[in-house]
Amino acid sequence: MDISTQNTEAPPPAPQPTTGETKRAARGATRPGDRIFLGLSRGSGILLLVIMAAIAVFLTYRATLAIGKDHGNFLTTFEWNTNLNPPVFGIAVLAFGTVVSSIIAMIIAVPIAVAIALFLTHYAPRRMSGPIAYVIDLLAAVPSIVYGLWGALVLVPNLGGVFSWLNDYLGWTGIFSWEGGAPRSMLTVGILLAIMILPIITNVSREVFRQVPRMHEEAALALGATRWEVIRMAVLPFGRSGVISASMLGLGRALGETMAVATVLSPDFLIHASLLNPGGGTFAQNIASKFSEATEDGRDALIASGLVLFVITLLVNGAARMIIARRKEYSGANA
Amino acid sequence: MSHAAVADKRPSTLRGASLPKWTPWAVALGSIAVACGIGAAAGLSSHVQWGVIAALLFLIGTYVVAAQVEGRRQAKDRIATSLVWVAFLLAVIPLVSLVWTTVARGVKVLDIYFLTHSMGIVADSQPGGGIYHAILGSLEQVGLATVIGAPIGVLTAIYLVEYGRGRLAQAVTFFVDVMTGIPSIVAGLFILSLMLIFKMQPFGFAGSLALAILMMPVVVRSTEEMLKLVPNELREASLALGVPKWRTILKVVLPTSIGGITTGVMLAIARIAGETAPVLLLVFGNRFINANPFEGAQQSLPLYIYQQYANSAGANAAYDRAWAASLTLIAFVMILNLVARGIARWKAPKTGR
Repeated sequence: MDISTQNTEAPPPAPQPTTGETKRAARGATRPGDRIFLGLSRGSGILLLVIMAAIAVFLTYRATLAIGKDHGNFLTTFEWNTNLNPPVFGIAVLAFGTVVSSIIAMIIAVPIAVAIALFLTHYAPRRMSGPIAYVIDLLAAVPSIVYGLWGALVLVPNLGGVFSWLNDYLGWTGIFSWEGGAPRSMLTVGILLAIMILPIITNVSREVFRQVPRMHEEAALALGATRWEVIRMAVLPFGRSGVISASMLGLGRALGETMAVATVLSPDFLIHASLLNPGGGTFAQNIASKFSEATEDGRDALIASGLVLFVITLLVNGAARMIIARRKEYSGANA
Repeated sequence: MSHAAVADKRPSTLRGASLPKWTPWAVALGSIAVACGIGAAAGLSSHVQWGVIAALLFLIGTYVVAAQVEGRRQAKDRIATSLVWVAFLLAVIPLVSLVWTTVARGVKVLDIYFLTHSMGIVADSQPGGGIYHAILGSLEQVGLATVIGAPIGVLTAIYLVEYGRGRLAQAVTFFVDVMTGIPSIVAGLFILSLMLIFKMQPFGFAGSLALAILMMPVVVRSTEEMLKLVPNELREASLALGVPKWRTILKVVLPTSIGGITTGVMLAIARIAGETAPVLLLVFGNRFINANPFEGAQQSLPLYIYQQYANSAGANAAYDRAWAASLTLIAFVMILNLVARGIARWKAPKTGR
């Protein structure tokens, strides 16, 4: 810099050999070790892409085999009889059950999870909030089969009272009517899924609420807002997209949950108007419970239903990631 | 929470009209008393209903009292505070129940005999037997999955952080994100479709492959975060000394972040150790000890829990075994979690921040 200001006319002779040297050095840097290492790490990245592609390709291949043999309509048949010759099966009941149980789970879990996240960031005494957050972290790691066992042996026997109460007061709606069977229904599944996805939604929401600029909150307080008004005007608007993506991550978990549903639900292949009467099914639950008795055609049919589940979860997760990515862009300015 | 204290004090100094501190307790006691009265008078048998009535009365009472004395806005604030506390307590009940039941019912049959014997000569409805074969199977399957999944995950993260520019890196980043959300049963079905094509019978290693697929994205994500924490000055110093890039990564970047990477890998192991669905499809379950993961059906801990629950037709002995196995599994996962977090704290990279 100094040289150029002192003497702008004369071109400095030094740079010429330096660029030549850097070029040689750059070429020299791709020694065998470097090339191998780059190859290995890039290869792993490519391998991940190949695995994703292979999942889609192989599932589609086996699914087309199965759907070709299907004598029902794959989308509308209310039956799953793959041992018949020719097999008859359709995903209508499974799609309905998967969507309904996940929606119930979301309706229960999202408000409670957001409230817990607010509790941890804004209400709980600071000494308490650390350990509680830690415990919730650990609960997210409890295996789903343990939730399933607990759901089947503890939750189900304790839901009878709630179900009869719902039937007494809300039975007239049809949605909450109950014929007194074991409480192993879509509502039970929804409640259990809600408990399972609660820690995930809470964790992500908590992180988002923690990033709310302190200035926004203090400005609201300075204007005389109560704590609730601070939350409504400063915290929730800032965290909205984060909460949405957290909920969608939870939704993805709920859609694909297998063992907890398989242990709790007593399935059949009908769509019930009532959420309290046992019956229905979900994609993942159907795969787990029909697998052991399935022949090769039956397994292909299950793979076909798994492909539908795969596509649904891809869409949900992709959407969630896009919302998060968009959030990152504008939150950088606020940080 | 300093601003909370300010918010609480301000009305008392500036506006005068504020409720004394004992108000919530008084309202709570009053609403419980009234709820008991209503419950007894109407002959409601369920005490849960009494509790719900009391909670509703408490909310209404708080709102009315606060609205009279402090104004509507303060009343709303008090309602919100109560609702947040209620949500928290409501969520704690099932979670505490889960942990409590597992521990209380799990310790019944959990002993050395249980940990060192298989189910070979015990019917599901009889007492006795154990989980040795399941622990063995789980360790082998998860171990093999880690051997495959962890290096690929770490290498991919190295590619993304140290080399990754352009389209390929973007695609890998996006699909790693998407892959995190794959349901475990879909990973199982993928390996199953391969097994159907090659006409193979269930065996332990097939389960490992599915678990490795589930593990990779988790490892990539956490390793990536850790590598990004390594200060650039370290890399530049090493490169300036003429050290080739690959040796810089191996000798400078990885040692600096090894604690975090280990933590990530252990958390991923904890996650896949509890997976049941792919194991159910690919490993199938076995009553006997099978130490060879490359041939014949094996058992695994989560699958054992499921089969004890599902195949036993309500025999208490089987439920006891299921709870004991659950306790073992939870203990394993929790210990992995705690150790991983301990390592993370102990070996945290010194970034100077």
